[in-house]
Amino acid sequence: MSASLSPPDPGDALISMTGVDKWYGSFHALKSVDLQVRRGEKIVLCGPSGSGKSTLIRCINRLETVQQGRIVVDGIALDDSAQAVDAVRREVGMVFQSFNLFPHKTVLENCILAPMRVRKASRAEAEATARTYLDRVRIGEQAGKYPAQLSGGQQQRVAIARALCMEPKVMLFDEPTSALDPEMVKEVLDTMIGLARDGMTMVCVTHEMGFARQVADRVIFMAEGEILEEATPDAFFRTPRHPRARAFLGEILAHH
Amino acid sequence: MGIPELLFLLQGLKWTLALSAIGFLGGGIAGLLVALARTSERTALARGTAAYIALFQGTPLLMQLFVTYYGLALVGLQLDPWQAVAIGFTLNASAFLGDIWRGSIEAVPRGQVEAARALSLGYASRMVDIVLPQAFRISLPATVGYLVQLIKGTSLASIVGFTELARAGAIVSNQIFKPLVVFGIVGAMYFALCFPLSLVGSWLERRLAAPTR
Repeated sequence: MSASLSPPDPGDALISMTGVDKWYGSFHALKSVDLQVRRGEKIVLCGPSGSGKSTLIRCINRLETVQQGRIVVDGIALDDSAQAVDAVRREVGMVFQSFNLFPHKTVLENCILAPMRVRKASRAEAEATARTYLDRVRIGEQAGKYPAQLSGGQQQRVAIARALCMEPKVMLFDEPTSALDPEMVKEVLDTMIGLARDGMTMVCVTHEMGFARQVADRVIFMAEGEILEEATPDAFFRTPRHPRARAFLGEILAHH
Repeated sequence: MGIPELLFLLQGLKWTLALSAIGFLGGGIAGLLVALARTSERTALARGTAAYIALFQGTPLLMQLFVTYYGLALVGLQLDPWQAVAIGFTLNASAFLGDIWRGSIEAVPRGQVEAARALSLGYASRMVDIVLPQAFRISLPATVGYLVQLIKGTSLASIVGFTELARAGAIVSNQIFKPLVVFGIVGAMYFALCFPLSLVGSWLERRLAAPTR
C-alpha cells in the first residue's frame, strides 16, 4: 500500500467519470453521472435502493458497461479494449455484498490466486503478501480453512484481504456489511476504517452512516440514477439540501 | 454354456470397454469444448453450438452411426469401423455431456465470475481456476448417469460390425439356445462395468463436497 500513503493531492483524479449514462433496456440506470475521485480520497455513496449506486461503482471496474460517457481510472481510459479493462481491474480492488469468496479454495488460496495469475508472482511471494494482509485483517490464523468454515464477518475480511493482495490503488466496496449479522458489522467496518487510515483511496456504497461520518471526505447522495447531492459528511448530515436526501436521512437515522 | 462361450463373451466385453473408452475420451474432450462454446459471450458461437446440441440430442445414435459409417461411404469417404464409431460416439456424447456441463457452468453463482473478473483474472483462469472446478462438482450426478448410459449405448456399435458384449450375447444365445443364462451373464457383465462407475461417482461427490461444509 506504499503507493497510497501520500496525502490526497487535489488535482490528481484517480477516478474520473464524465457524462456517464447507462440503460438496462428502457430503464435509465445512470443519468449523466459526473464523479471525480482524488488519490487518497474516501467517498461514501448512499441513497435509496435502486438509485444506481451499486451500478455506478460497478462501472469503475467494468463489471457493467455504459452506453455513454467517459471513465478514466489511474490514467487509463476504459473502452472496449480488453487490455484497458484488464489494466484497470489490476489497480481496482472490489469487495462485494455477498463476499464471493471461492468456496473450493482455502483462505490462503483465495488470496494468492490473482497475484500469481495476474501479477505473475511466485507462490512464495504471493503467500508472503497474503499472510501480511490476512494478519492485517486479523484472520491470519484461519489461512488454511475453507470459506464455509468461517463466519460472515470473517469471510468479508478475507475478501478485503484478497483484494488487497493485488495491491490496488483504489478499493470499491459494494454494500460490504449488508449481508452480515449485526454483531459482525463492526469487525468489517473497523477493518475498513483501518484501511482508510492507511491512506487507501476508497469508494464505498454503504448505509453505515457512522462509518461515513468517521472516514468519508465526501458523501454522495444518489436517487433514480442521478447524483443529487455531494457534501462533506458534516454538511450532509447536518443540513442536507436536497429534499430527497432529507427524506432518506430521516428514514435511515430513525432506525439507528 | 462352456468355457469357449464364456471366452467369446469376454471378447465382447473387451470391445464394449474399448468403445466406452472412446466415447468417454472423445465425448469428454469434445463435450468440454461444446460446453465452453455454448456458454461463450460470442452469440454466433453460442447459437451455433446450441444447434449442434439440438441436432445430436434430437436424432438417434443408431442413425448417427449409420450416417458416419454407411452414409459417408456413399459420398466417397470410406471410414473403417473404428473411425466411424469414434466419430459417431464423440459427436453424440459431446452433445449430451456438453449440455450437461453447460448447465453446470451456468449454475455456478454469478458472483464467482464477477469476483474473478474484479481480480483481473483472464478467461482461461476464470474457467480453469474458478468456474470449472465448481461446475464439475455440480455436474457429477448427471455426468456419471450419462456415462453409464454411454456404456450401455455402445451396444449400437454392432450395426457397423463390432461384436461387442450385447452382440456376442446374441450370437452365443443363438448357438446354445439358453437365452436366460446367456443374457443373465451378459447383464451381470454390464452391471459389473456400470456399478463401480456409480460408486466412484458418489465417492467423488462426497469428497468434493467436504470442503464446503
